[in-house]
Amino acid sequence: MSRAGLLISMRNVLYFAVMAGLIVLVGQMQSWNLALSILNLCLISAVMSLGVNMQWGYAGLFNVGVMGFAALGGLAAMLVSMPPVREAWAAAGSGAWVGIIIMILSILAAVALYRKLPKSGFRTVLIMLVVITGYVLLRIFFDPTTAVIEKVNPAATGYLGGLGLPILIAWPIGGLLAGGVAWVVGKITLGLRSDYLAIATLGISEIIVAVLKHEDWLTRGVKNVTGLPRPVPYEVNLQNTPWFLELCEKLGADPVTFSSIFVKLCYATLFTVVLLFVLWLSERALRSPWGRMMRAIRDNEVSANAMGKDVTARHLQVFVLGSIVVGIAGAMLTTLDGQLTPSSYQPLRFTFLIWVMVIVGGSGNNWGAVLGGFVIWFFWIEAEPLGLWLMDLITSGMSEDSGLRAHLLESAAHMRLVTMGLILLLALRFRPRGLLPERTHQ
Amino acid sequence: MSDPLNAAALLANFVVVPAVAYGSQLALGALGVTLIYGILRFSNFAHGDTMAFGTMITILFTWWFQSMGLSLGPLPTALIALPFGIVLCAAFVLLCDRTVYRFHRANRADPVIFVIASVGVMFVMNGLVRFIIGPDDQNFSDGQRFIIKAREFKQMTGLSEGISIKVSQGITVVTMIIVVAALFWFLNKTRTGKSMRAYSDNEDLALLSGINPDRVVAVTWILAAALATIAGTLYGLDKSFKPFTYFQLLLPIFASAIVGGLGNPLGAIAGGFVIAFSEITVTYAYKKFANYIVPGDWKADGLMQLLSTNYKFAVSFLILLMVLLFRPTGIFKGKSV
Repeated sequence: MSRAGLLISMRNVLYFAVMAGLIVLVGQMQSWNLALSILNLCLISAVMSLGVNMQWGYAGLFNVGVMGFAALGGLAAMLVSMPPVREAWAAAGSGAWVGIIIMILSILAAVALYRKLPKSGFRTVLIMLVVITGYVLLRIFFDPTTAVIEKVNPAATGYLGGLGLPILIAWPIGGLLAGGVAWVVGKITLGLRSDYLAIATLGISEIIVAVLKHEDWLTRGVKNVTGLPRPVPYEVNLQNTPWFLELCEKLGADPVTFSSIFVKLCYATLFTVVLLFVLWLSERALRSPWGRMMRAIRDNEVSANAMGKDVTARHLQVFVLGSIVVGIAGAMLTTLDGQLTPSSYQPLRFTFLIWVMVIVGGSGNNWGAVLGGFVIWFFWIEAEPLGLWLMDLITSGMSEDSGLRAHLLESAAHMRLVTMGLILLLALRFRPRGLLPERTHQ
Repeated sequence: MSDPLNAAALLANFVVVPAVAYGSQLALGALGVTLIYGILRFSNFAHGDTMAFGTMITILFTWWFQSMGLSLGPLPTALIALPFGIVLCAAFVLLCDRTVYRFHRANRADPVIFVIASVGVMFVMNGLVRFIIGPDDQNFSDGQRFIIKAREFKQMTGLSEGISIKVSQGITVVTMIIVVAALFWFLNKTRTGKSMRAYSDNEDLALLSGINPDRVVAVTWILAAALATIAGTLYGLDKSFKPFTYFQLLLPIFASAIVGGLGNPLGAIAGGFVIAFSEITVTYAYKKFANYIVPGDWKADGLMQLLSTNYKFAVSFLILLMVLLFRPTGIFKGKSV
């Protein structure tokens, strides 16, 4: 390795060491529970920003719908893991199946028309007619059914439930769900000018979250689905397990505190495995001929096209791959939360924050995306106590009952949006290649 | 006999009047987006939050005037506060341009870099608005509420369905017409407006013929800020002011601008009305309407609503997709960079 290369890798190691040091510092100063919660979300954020980095860093695609794909992952986690509500299925009777069959038939008919007929205005009109008829039929048959489903014990269930399978299966399924939607959106908007993809993804993510919020028969809407089964043991069970108590005794730790730390460590292990796997795949892909082709397309579409590369197809491919990764991360997040809360999907938190991570970390560099995920999530969380402390300092001269002081203290939380915006703008201006710039192999 | 008339009155009250007002608001918003796109060549994601920012300043001035006892009689006080909102919003936007966009413009950065920068500006504006006025609903309309009340209309016509027109709706339409007329006069007749159009058509040629790019850019930002503040204030008067709603308006506004053809001011206005009318006709519940027009004793069961209002964003989105599929440059031919 050359001298410059050595310096670069030393710098990279240093960044990650500082990051690890910060998390340890939180563990020492605040609490280890908090430090591990931050670590877990840092790991998930890192996976998410790896997904966005594929789209932006490898291919220059601007996806403003990260929230929607993450929400699809969350939906998958719920649908896979929750036990089915048999009463609701019984009450729904044939209605649910008729609805599903109508939906599948109209989609199949539309696809068949698209495949069989030559491209013409007639075909598009016909397809639209099929889709609209299917939709109206679906509403006529399915609306009464949804009402029945929502009436079954609305306080506890009022929805169809899920499949009752282990939640870990949901992670790849969440990825596939997100990838499927990404394929449809990408198929329509890629190949047009770059802003259209951005606007279309913004739209689809709003719609996905609206569906999650309002289709109570599917997701219980804003009533939330709580108590998703966990892939790791429960604290209460641990506290009654002999080997765990022995371990506590050996370490001299309090079983209650340590059980919660232990559970978080289990999650952290699972997330680290996923992160390392995705990172390994991404690095392999980036160094392969495929990765070189992607960068060639990104840097000069015209010449890549002239070399016989199908730019639109490659864009579609990488857009779907990135969305799959985001979907997996979304499923992981819902698993960690243990509940699906549709109203928690906020675009600023789920879309734009991830973008700050990628840009600050270093677009095009997978390690950069991971570092960005860690750094930005850490500051997003720690900005709140820091902001409060700062506001306390600023307002310390004001009298206790000052209205302005109360307002400033109350609104301190909103300052982190401003901070994130400033970080993004400063990074774009002074460090456009990020903390860990993309490495170009000569 | 009066049933078809009643049905028409019903539609006019619940579809046409709200859609015209909403369409005017969208048209004003889309004009701002399209101007920025035409001249600065990027989609400004901060536009929704610029609207929120300008409206917030207008609201603060409105409250101040209200506390001083200043009022316009039947018209809302916000109209006096509006110029202040425009000036301060324009100042803030120009500051953003100087500190953020100018650097990237000098570097001739990729359009997508501008879009990301606008996302950063959006963050900052959003945070400032939430910081200053809070994330909750704010009400700032005062004065008279209705031009025609449903009851008066019923007495006048003897129909069982009334049409009511709110003052805010009337003001919206009148303001929209004045603003659009002024804007078109400015773009077509004045020297600055002509230089803006020249710059939008061909930047290099415009620069060669001695047009000052800084001036063109500054005027564009001022116009965009003014349009955003006006659109935002009208929307806030008509419905209510909530920062997050303004962020969500971004989608219908972009849809309007794209449907009409990005970079084309006439298209933005047409697009605004297309989106507003489709959104409201698709989410309106036709139960009562059907009961009027279908003869005999037949009664509609269910709401006869094509799409729940929760999904009104889906309408803008679907129209957007259809335009992108069939006519990517929009109804009126827009630009494609």
